[in-house]
Amino acid sequence: MSDYNFAYLDEQTKRMIRRAILKGLAIPGYQVPFASREMPMPYGWGTGGVQVSAAVLTPEDTFKVIDQGADDTTNAVSIRTFFQRTAGVATTTSTSEASVIQTRHRIPEEPLTEDQILVYQVPIPEPLRFLEPRESETRKMHSLEEYGLMHVKLYEDISRHGHIATSYAYPVKVEGRYVMDPSPIPKFDNPKLGDMAAIQLFGAGREQRIYALPPYTQVVSLDFEDHPFEASKADHPCGLCGATDSYLDEVIVDDDGGRLFCCSDTDYCTDRRENGHQGPSFPGSEVLA
Amino acid sequence: MRPLLSVRTVSKRYGAHVGCTDVSFDLYPGEVMGIVGESGSGKSTLLNCMAGHLAPDAGEVVFDTRADGPKDTVTMLEPERRMLGRTDWAFVHQHPRDGLRMGVSAGGNVGERLMAVGARHYGDIRGNATDWLERVEIDAARVDDRPTTFSGGMQQRLQIARNLVTGPRLVFMDEPTGGLDVSVQARLLDLLRGLVRDMGLSAIIVTHDLAVVRLLADRLMVMKSGRVVEAGLTDQVLDDPQHPYSQLLVSSVLQV
Repeated sequence: MSDYNFAYLDEQTKRMIRRAILKGLAIPGYQVPFASREMPMPYGWGTGGVQVSAAVLTPEDTFKVIDQGADDTTNAVSIRTFFQRTAGVATTTSTSEASVIQTRHRIPEEPLTEDQILVYQVPIPEPLRFLEPRESETRKMHSLEEYGLMHVKLYEDISRHGHIATSYAYPVKVEGRYVMDPSPIPKFDNPKLGDMAAIQLFGAGREQRIYALPPYTQVVSLDFEDHPFEASKADHPCGLCGATDSYLDEVIVDDDGGRLFCCSDTDYCTDRRENGHQGPSFPGSEVLA
Repeated sequence: MRPLLSVRTVSKRYGAHVGCTDVSFDLYPGEVMGIVGESGSGKSTLLNCMAGHLAPDAGEVVFDTRADGPKDTVTMLEPERRMLGRTDWAFVHQHPRDGLRMGVSAGGNVGERLMAVGARHYGDIRGNATDWLERVEIDAARVDDRPTTFSGGMQQRLQIARNLVTGPRLVFMDEPTGGLDVSVQARLLDLLRGLVRDMGLSAIIVTHDLAVVRLLADRLMVMKSGRVVEAGLTDQVLDDPQHPYSQLLVSSVLQV
């Protein structure tokens, strides 16, 4: 243990963040302003997610951090170590063993349970931001439910690319009321947002906003009647574990344009391989091992 | 006949400075009203008060709504007023850049109001948008081009298409021909006149160009220092101005 207060933040700050979280849970999809603190990491590295995690962690929790699905990237490792040091909580890479999971840009493949909390790192919480730069105006649009503009973005996609080309941070409507940015998760993950058993919390540190989805919330991805929403992924099985139902990363493996599609969720992939599943590229993947 | 819009003693001050004061008039369906006056005479303030962009300090702006009949738009709830702003009202800005989304294609600009009132079928929205581009004499092939690639006159026509796509009943125009060269102005006026007559629109046009009101407006109000100094039929006011300021205004027009 260290000289830091449990989970780095002082108790008053955690209270303030918990109040924002509770308000967010009471109004699903509504962006609650909160007094974001300076954290010992740069903006864009998950300062919002870290503050939300700090506010919900208890000494009995088991903590997991993923970055684009992986447990072993710099961002994931450093945040995991941060809470190991400042909170002394147990950490894990296994999705099912974790009680609090902080994530950047993915939802784990394994379905979450009612005992778990999923904390998202959010860069820009305002889904209308790139269409309407004025905060005063976007707030008004949210409060008056004027969401026509969101469809203008999708319209532009279809007119330019022939289909809805937005592939991440795909806007959703929560409980028929608020339009929400699900953070830059791939749209493949969008269907998992709705009806999820776990609590989902979204923290944006630089933008000072927290929003939330309570368990079993209705979440609908926006679309057109003649261009319905489609949860897309690379059309391959995982090269390492052979899974056909998981979101894939494309990895360049040599200088001759050789590439490998493998699960972005490393825990899911490892689990499957330990249970004897093998993908087509598995023997030749020493580079990655 | 019931007036579509009746304005009663509208006043707006900016601190000690008077924007417009004690303006009253009625606008009947299908009628085009011109408001002329020099810069700073309160024309635009009055227009913004009527269109709900500014809250007047005193007075009423009663609009004959489709659902509930005459209603004061000043005291009406904001969602309702904004709904009017994207259905029954249209606002054409002097600078197309203020009224268009410059980063969005022409089709998206026209379709925005449709999507704002609940259209969710891409094919229909696009069909409607191309149809409207043709009505304002923009080549339908340019539906996916951004307004930044359009000329000033085309941008202004696109702005008009974007505003008229939901079939409004009342159009507010703030110097719609300002900043355009004369031949483009003439085409735009011709187009506007056609649209106003075809769709039976009522319009309020703020301008300092007397030729514009002569062509478009049925009635005319002359404003000076925030007050209406003279009002009447357009031809009557322009041919036989009574107030010294109206006389000055009419005599100031350069003859070629």
